[in-house]
Amino acid sequence: MTSDSPVNSSPLLQVRDLRTSFTTPEGKIGAVNGVSFDVNHGETLGLVGESGCGKSVSALSIMQLVPNPPGVIETGEIIFEGVDLLKISSQEMQSVRGAGIGMIFQEPMSSLNPVLTIGRQITEPLGVHMGLSGWAAESRAAELLEMVGIADSRRRLGDHPHQLSGGQRQRVMIAIALSCEPKLLIADEATTALDVTIQAQILELMKNLTSESGAALMIITHNLGIIARYADRLNVMYAGKIRESGTAEQVYLQPNHPYTVGLLNSVPRLDRPASERLDPIEGEIPDPANLPAGCAFTPRCRWVTEKCSVSEPELEQVKDRQMVACYESKTVSESVEIAWK
Amino acid sequence: MTSTSTDINQTNSSNSTPLLSVRNLKVHFPIKRGFLVQREVARVRAVDGVSFDIYPGETLGLVGESGSGKTTAAKAVIQLNNPGSGSVKFEGQELVGLSTSAMRPIRRKMGMVFQDPYGSLNPRMRAGDIVGEPLKVHGLAESRDGYRQQVASLLTTVGLSPAMAERYPNEFSGGQRQRLGIARAIAAKPSLLILDESVSALDVSIQAQILNLLQDLQDEYNLAYLFIAHDLSVVRHISHRVAVMYLGKIVETADAKDLYERPLHPYTQALLSAIPTPDPIHERSRERIILRGDLPSPLSPPPGCGFSTRCPIATEACSAAVPELKTLAENQQAACFLAQGR
Repeated sequence: MTSDSPVNSSPLLQVRDLRTSFTTPEGKIGAVNGVSFDVNHGETLGLVGESGCGKSVSALSIMQLVPNPPGVIETGEIIFEGVDLLKISSQEMQSVRGAGIGMIFQEPMSSLNPVLTIGRQITEPLGVHMGLSGWAAESRAAELLEMVGIADSRRRLGDHPHQLSGGQRQRVMIAIALSCEPKLLIADEATTALDVTIQAQILELMKNLTSESGAALMIITHNLGIIARYADRLNVMYAGKIRESGTAEQVYLQPNHPYTVGLLNSVPRLDRPASERLDPIEGEIPDPANLPAGCAFTPRCRWVTEKCSVSEPELEQVKDRQMVACYESKTVSESVEIAWK
Repeated sequence: MTSTSTDINQTNSSNSTPLLSVRNLKVHFPIKRGFLVQREVARVRAVDGVSFDIYPGETLGLVGESGSGKTTAAKAVIQLNNPGSGSVKFEGQELVGLSTSAMRPIRRKMGMVFQDPYGSLNPRMRAGDIVGEPLKVHGLAESRDGYRQQVASLLTTVGLSPAMAERYPNEFSGGQRQRLGIARAIAAKPSLLILDESVSALDVSIQAQILNLLQDLQDEYNLAYLFIAHDLSVVRHISHRVAVMYLGKIVETADAKDLYERPLHPYTQALLSAIPTPDPIHERSRERIILRGDLPSPLSPPPGCGFSTRCPIATEACSAAVPELKTLAENQQAACFLAQGR
């Protein structure tokens, strides 16, 4: 957070009007329907939303790991350090992955190769991106394991993934992702499958390592608590679009979008009286194959007006850094202020 | 639904006799090796001496991380896996050692809802038949029309439309499937529901709907819940009392309010501290207890207190002997040599 590099003026990553769709037997389905956001140098950005909102596909699109077919990036720009990643060759993209952007996934067991040793899997990117080989690569790998808190690292290099626990595998994934000193680390539900005490360990580790190296961190999760603790800014996604964005304080304390309000009212919280009844969002998450007309949230929205199902609201600035895509945002924020008092 | 009052009349109301009373429950799985003659080489003490009571209309939250034995304990209560030793009394009747046929009428009074709404519903059965199956099995439907009406009213109770009875499970969303699972579990009018991670796989907005539904059902039918989950905020929300499990043992148990306000066991303290709350200002200024290391394997638990290897305050005494649960405050027990009541 305290990186004062001279290049701070322009964002590290700029995503502009990204659209990614999947071809299915029912036709073409938009998973990401026009998403634009920035990631600044050294900051932590949260991407929150429920299943199917497009948060993971956004990350996969940035990494160009969307399975093709059936997935395809239709339009958009993904500008990383001034270069549009959608315009470069696959070889060039290869060097961005790892050396420029590292990524950690939810399931460490399926992300690691079960037949290769841990050491082999860490030294491979070191050879490709950093030109390290042999003994130099091995001692760097041991250093990295130590850095992510795996004791007895020299011996552990010879282990296979099944010999490690879930938390340790995720530590190895972090070591691999950070091995080539990327400028951006994307963690896609990286701690969701872990037990709470292990989850806390891994998150603290990721936050500490990225702030030490000055790398930006993008945390993708459905857990609002995690974002509140770690993210400087966040984007709330629903049905393939960003509905609200802003600093963590703005979005959590003064939400302007009905969906954000609904999410915050849905989670039982340790800092509120237990007897308080939850106030969930009604209805179901819409089927991406046939989204409602206009704003996709209309069928579940409490503040819905006629205009909402006619046309779709665009993201508009409501405060210094807060953007909201809702026609009724003013009414929403006012009524929330009254209700939460 | 009132609790059976065949017992002696006590000074208090019906609430003074527990609906379910578990004492020193143990479930051990032998690890066997060998080709012709199998020898037992080790034992996994999945549940190792667990005791708790559940009263009518009450929710007991059972919390713990993976491998703590919470699911095994629940299955042992309903006698689903190889029965353990110890005692499980339901409405005053001992269940351990009962034959399958003797168990059947009792199982009617215990419903179970599982985590995976996709895996626990037969994909080839219509929703109506899934929900109505317990009615048939236990002979609770008088006529065809009566059966249909019962199914329709069950669907309405859980917030689905009766017309959905004709659909197959794949036509339902995750939240709707969990509603179906709940409708099936309450079909035979049980007095106890075992909810094993029943809301864990759901999206937050849907999870909140199901939690509200569960609370409504409890109020309406005086259902008791054994609510198993790893999400402590959800457990606090729904539970009256909470038991925290670690490596097959209950390490702390208390009224929900007390447990969350002043946890006494260092594991409970760490567990609560690990949960981030959705308030950025409070969350960033908060110091967290970060436990070192992983959960030990239940196959080779550490000597003495199971938590001693990760405990921030452990002393030598902790790895020498196993601490027993002792009462440290009103209705609050913890198994720790160093925990002190206030």
